[in-house]
Amino acid sequence: MASLIPEVAYEEMLGGVPEVQGEPQRPRRPRLRLWRGIVLLLAGVYFLIPLYAGLRFSFQNDAGQFSLYAVKAIPSQTGFSAAFFLSLRLAAVTTVLTIVLMVPTATYVHLKLPKLRRVLDFVTILPIVIPPIVLILGVLHAAPLWLRSSPYLLSLVYVILALPFVYRSLDAGLSAIDLKTLVEASRSLGGKWISTLWHVILPNLRAATLSATVLTIALVLGEFTMASLDLWTTLPVWIYQFSQLDAHIATAVSMLSLLGTWVLLTVIISVDRSQSRRTRRRTEAL
Amino acid sequence: MAPFVVYTFLGLGIPTLVVIELAFRSDQGRLTLHNLSTVAQGSYRLGFENSILLAAITSVLPGILGLALAYAIQTSHSGILRRLVATASGVLANFGGINLTFIFIATLGSTGVLTAWLNVVGLDPWHYGFNLYSFLGVAIVYMYFQIPLMVLVITPALGGLRPAWREAAENLGASSFGYWRTVGVPVLLPSVLGGILLLFGSGFAAYATADTLTAGTVTLVPIQIGEVLNGNVISGEQNIGYALGFGMLVVLSITMIFYGLVRRRASRWLR
Repeated sequence: MASLIPEVAYEEMLGGVPEVQGEPQRPRRPRLRLWRGIVLLLAGVYFLIPLYAGLRFSFQNDAGQFSLYAVKAIPSQTGFSAAFFLSLRLAAVTTVLTIVLMVPTATYVHLKLPKLRRVLDFVTILPIVIPPIVLILGVLHAAPLWLRSSPYLLSLVYVILALPFVYRSLDAGLSAIDLKTLVEASRSLGGKWISTLWHVILPNLRAATLSATVLTIALVLGEFTMASLDLWTTLPVWIYQFSQLDAHIATAVSMLSLLGTWVLLTVIISVDRSQSRRTRRRTEAL
Repeated sequence: MAPFVVYTFLGLGIPTLVVIELAFRSDQGRLTLHNLSTVAQGSYRLGFENSILLAAITSVLPGILGLALAYAIQTSHSGILRRLVATASGVLANFGGINLTFIFIATLGSTGVLTAWLNVVGLDPWHYGFNLYSFLGVAIVYMYFQIPLMVLVITPALGGLRPAWREAAENLGASSFGYWRTVGVPVLLPSVLGGILLLFGSGFAAYATADTLTAGTVTLVPIQIGEVLNGNVISGEQNIGYALGFGMLVVLSITMIFYGLVRRRASRWLR
């Protein structure tokens, strides 16, 4: 599983090139347009057909007819709610730990130790190099027994798995704001470190923190390798076990978790964009 | 800073060091090279060969396709399209394991949607020896998270390709081909190679998708580690799992050294 995002590219993808209003300055070359159409068509076919197939399978009964039984039956299945809430708790703990650990670290490095950014870059890419299966091998051997018997051991390791893209997202967010001025202003007004972080830096990193959060949640809700080898029935492990009983219901859960994450991410990014646009308009009006 | 150092040392450093150390220990705790020599031959060696081949296929091909897709998106002027692909890439690059397995069984399984469509035109792949639960099947399924990963990695680099450079080249009389040969490709190449190396690492390390799709029947290193962890191992070879893990770390370290080299070149243009 690719539980990693080396570069969080939303900012670049969304804001990098200004949206062109109306006609572009130069007539588009027809050859380029044809080529682009082919690429987009192929990508659409490869990515949309499996989604369609998954959805169709979720809305079918064993006889192959359209049916809502799988979706309706999800909550009442044995073990589903236990697995679902375990995954939710793990996601919440992982997210809080990640943000508490990484926002101050990234801010501090940006502000006081800019030379260490390269080191941090390297350290936070390591979880990509060290495969989850190897990491859990070492963790299960090294963790003390009281920790190994708790599901939250998984949360502690998921923080590590989330590092690559959380750090990159925060790094991009911090580079985009005038951190030094903000911090100096807050400090000179008598703000303590904690309140500067909470009232000044965090609101300015809203977009970066939000997308990092959503991706952390997605990671935790989809992680199978470590959870199954640590013998905890999280949502993906439950889906795997349950698929032997009813593949339609298991697929329906899969599709819902995928589409749910996608919708959440799109909504957050859109809300954030329209909000920042409104702020900009308000500042212009002043 | 201190909490971060402590956390990563405990969560990342110690487990890795434990794996490396135990790779050189016998079950009685003595220093030995026996584990490593065992994993260098027989079915374990085959596992490494298969894993490297799989990683190579699912890094080069999705690397090129991801680049094409990212470029198509970048040069289109549709904000909605760009936003859609950005969020979809973020989600799909993390989409793997059991969920991915299911939708591909529903697509290309023997009774899948695409199989049925192809059957109508007489091209049912299963009649031609295709098997989703095989090496080829795993490769096809891996592309589903590898391509979005490449889109995420390469988009910032494409953004660094300034329109002004193209205009400058054209003003100096360069053709489209000339621009790509002398400006575009040299600027992008390090980033593209870096992206492909990351995909290699991601494909090499992936476990959940291959395991759930093939029920562990394809010989790949991560699946063999999983077997050891689940207790399917001959007695006296308990530490084989750590030796396999060590082997993976060696392959991935080499990948990362190359990554570091191309990354240094790439960062020159990404200011």
